[in-house]
Amino acid sequence: MTVPHNTDAVALTIFVVLFAAVAFMGFIAARWRRGDLNVLDEWGLAGRRFGSVVTWFLLGGDLYTAYTFIAVPALVYGSGAAGFFALPYTIIMYPFVFVVMPRLWAVAHKHRYVTPADFVRGRYGSRGLATATAFTGILATMPYIALQLVGIQVVLGALGVHGDWPLIIAFAVLAAYTYQSGLRAPALIALVKDALIYITIIVAVIYIPSKVGGFGHIFDAAEKALPGHTTPTGKPGAFLPGTAAAQQAYATLALGSALALFLYPHSVTGVLSSESAQVIRRNSVVLPAYTFLLGLIALLGYMTIAAGITPSNPNYAVPDLFVHFFPSWFTGVAFAAIAVGALVPAAIMSIAAANLFTRNLWKEFVRPDMTGRQEATVAKLASLVVKVGALLFIILLPNKYSIDLQLLGGVWILQTLPSIVIGLYTRWFHRWALLIGWAVGMGIGTWMAADMDFKTSVYPLNLFGWHFSAYAAVFALVANLIVSVALTLVLKLVGARDSAEDETRPEDYSEFRRRPARPTAGLAH
Amino acid sequence: MNGSNDARRRGWYVLLLAPFVGLLFPGWYATKSPELWGIPFFYWYQFAWVIAAALITALVYVLTRARDSEDRS
Repeated sequence: MTVPHNTDAVALTIFVVLFAAVAFMGFIAARWRRGDLNVLDEWGLAGRRFGSVVTWFLLGGDLYTAYTFIAVPALVYGSGAAGFFALPYTIIMYPFVFVVMPRLWAVAHKHRYVTPADFVRGRYGSRGLATATAFTGILATMPYIALQLVGIQVVLGALGVHGDWPLIIAFAVLAAYTYQSGLRAPALIALVKDALIYITIIVAVIYIPSKVGGFGHIFDAAEKALPGHTTPTGKPGAFLPGTAAAQQAYATLALGSALALFLYPHSVTGVLSSESAQVIRRNSVVLPAYTFLLGLIALLGYMTIAAGITPSNPNYAVPDLFVHFFPSWFTGVAFAAIAVGALVPAAIMSIAAANLFTRNLWKEFVRPDMTGRQEATVAKLASLVVKVGALLFIILLPNKYSIDLQLLGGVWILQTLPSIVIGLYTRWFHRWALLIGWAVGMGIGTWMAADMDFKTSVYPLNLFGWHFSAYAAVFALVANLIVSVALTLVLKLVGARDSAEDETRPEDYSEFRRRPARPTAGLAH
Repeated sequence: MNGSNDARRRGWYVLLLAPFVGLLFPGWYATKSPELWGIPFFYWYQFAWVIAAALITALVYVLTRARDSEDRS
């Protein structure tokens, strides 16, 4: 059956009211934990004062985006088990974050770094490497912002609202309160967003299975129907990853995506805005609650199959499911949850991209003598430009381009891992070797994705009779690492000195160092 | 705080490899049985790892944090 997209006055009213309430919160967020918003540290990192609870909401809103809520069940609906890689991906990500990110926080806190490229600049004393890091970050983030708009577009479409104006209005409001309140806005809105999302999903996974005959029936129906579905590469869907190639793709997509997510500038912004390394460690323990939720959201794709709904486009798998089963008012709540879920990451992403532009491009090449106040002004304007750019991209070009670019974004951002993550542990690599390794990784990853016509990021490699299917980002990272290691060895052998200064010291990185001891420490005596 | 103490704490990080080992070889768990409440193994196994990985991370958090008091004394 197909679900009609009629204009539903009740759902639309609830949607608009919730959306307006959230926008209002975005504006008053400027007064929350008041700081001087004319300084980049306050506008772009909210003064680095967020505790465990706010960081939990902020990172939850930042990482689990509206596009995820639409795209993951869409992939599960169309391809089956392959879409479930989102689960191992967002499980193994946190042990990695637990170990690595407190070190980044510690060194950034000590040297007042705002962006990952700031760290690379300080660690390697290399303008080229820092610029490459900033450039990759901005390039990978832009299509990600554009895809949040696709999320809003899909729910608006399911509500029977078409045309560009609603999207333009939504983004204008977002741009205005981000400009005014900086990172405080998405942090405050994230609280509402998460409440709405949790309510929606809990209701959905209890109510819908009871209507379609229970989880046993849902999985049976999916198993029967999936071979008849067509994946983006033209193969049939699969209920389990049965072939070696499917399993290799599944594992490498999970690993590569897990390593990549926290290299994105918006994730780093979330990390650096927290008040201590302990906050990040604690959050690595409690953030998997969202992963569980994401797994349930993925299952909605199978519920759409079990309900016998045939969406016009897989992206409508979840919206159609909600329209079919929920009363109008609750559909309004659920769609508002998804739309607000787009605003939170879009705001953080645009702030992160603006920080990169300001600190690592504008300040580096145009105005090295900027004051803190001028930095904040440039960043606010840059955040507007970034959002207008994303909006134009979605309105003027087919959505396919944003989706292709976002797929490439994951491949690109992973190429900054050697400079950022390995750089947190060792300064052994030569900066030129890292730069050339990065270029090689970017080139190979882009070529592999293009070779697959952007239909998938999985590349079937045949090398000397050895077959291996893996996420192109992982192949590119391996090439990147091989080049970086080999060139560093060669440069060290020929005695090319890496004369650039490392402004950090080994003790700056200790993830165990605490803030100045609290008065209670005296009790130990 | 001294370096050897930090090294001892980082030793617990080895536990964090468990989710990687448990999840990065889908060949081990890409099966239908045993089912749990009608849910195929492939699916409930991964949901179970969400909880297991969080518990392991919590354990490592506690093990590495408990030593802060030693550092201060």
